[in-house]
Amino acid sequence: MAYEGMIAETISINGNKGEPISAYVARPLGGGPFPGVVLIHHAPGWDEWYRETTRKFAHHGYAAISHNLYHRAGEGKSDDVAAKVRAEGGVPDAQVIGDTEGAVAWLRAQPYLNGKVGVMGTCSGGRQTFLFACQSKSIDAAIELWGGRVVMSKEELTPKQPTAPIEFTKNLSCPLLGLFGNEDAAPTPEQVNQHEAELKKHGKQYEFHRYDGAGHGFFYYDRPMYRIEQALDGWKKVFAFFEKHLKK
Amino acid sequence: MCTSIVEIVKAEGSGKGDGGWFDLTTAVVSYDHPHHALLQEAIAIDFVNSALGPGARVAVEITLQSAKELSAALSRAIAAADVVESARLRGT
Repeated sequence: MAYEGMIAETISINGNKGEPISAYVARPLGGGPFPGVVLIHHAPGWDEWYRETTRKFAHHGYAAISHNLYHRAGEGKSDDVAAKVRAEGGVPDAQVIGDTEGAVAWLRAQPYLNGKVGVMGTCSGGRQTFLFACQSKSIDAAIELWGGRVVMSKEELTPKQPTAPIEFTKNLSCPLLGLFGNEDAAPTPEQVNQHEAELKKHGKQYEFHRYDGAGHGFFYYDRPMYRIEQALDGWKKVFAFFEKHLKK
Repeated sequence: MCTSIVEIVKAEGSGKGDGGWFDLTTAVVSYDHPHHALLQEAIAIDFVNSALGPGARVAVEITLQSAKELSAALSRAIAAADVVESARLRGT
């Protein structure tokens, strides 16, 4: 049996405008080279599911980092921190972009990186993944999982979220994988269609998969929205996409 | 869901959290993924003090139907309280 091990730990990285933020990183033991994955956590916070997913990517041979977008709200239980952020009206898109650029830069500075970095996020993190892939040229692939509010009405725009991500589609800088549930209310199937139409219009490289019998968050095994068949197929697609774009 | 259904209002009073009673500054009502209740979506109500740490929080996650009943109960209690306060102002 081959020896197997990983290192997983919290670190501090330079986030938006060089501000220190916390992050959780995991990678296989050994010198690599490993492809890198940045995980953008969801609105419920920088929580256990994101810790587990970071280690899941390490288990599959990636150097993974999940940075804490809610670092500035202070330390505490992830649900309390998420509630504090919600009470403050959320985090600004520009700050998320800066923090994520910091996570990519941290990975690119590691001697064991193979030179390629992908980004993946779920829920609000899916939206932010798409936004980041449109605003940065520093990554090689992006995976948007049920990103809500990529399509936004004028009424939904705020000073912290001043532009709907779909408006930036023409700037998408890398291949995109999107997974969605047909029973989701945010994004609705119609919004996913709009999202896809815009990608087609601009000739972008993308794969969208829509699942019947699934709504929002169907990977979350500890929530009622979990759908095992769709989740298992979705994970296969996630790893196949990153294998194609980050490992070769 | 990944909704933008959030209502934020000032709240004056006290709440009891993990660390005991604390002063409130804000109440937040949202409809989104619950952290604990086994529901697809829930009405979440958080009473917080924005000047204190994230632990200064009283939280509930309830069904939409429970939220409607709570809202109606609040309205009834507030209407009754207004009658009492009006009487007090008149000195009767």
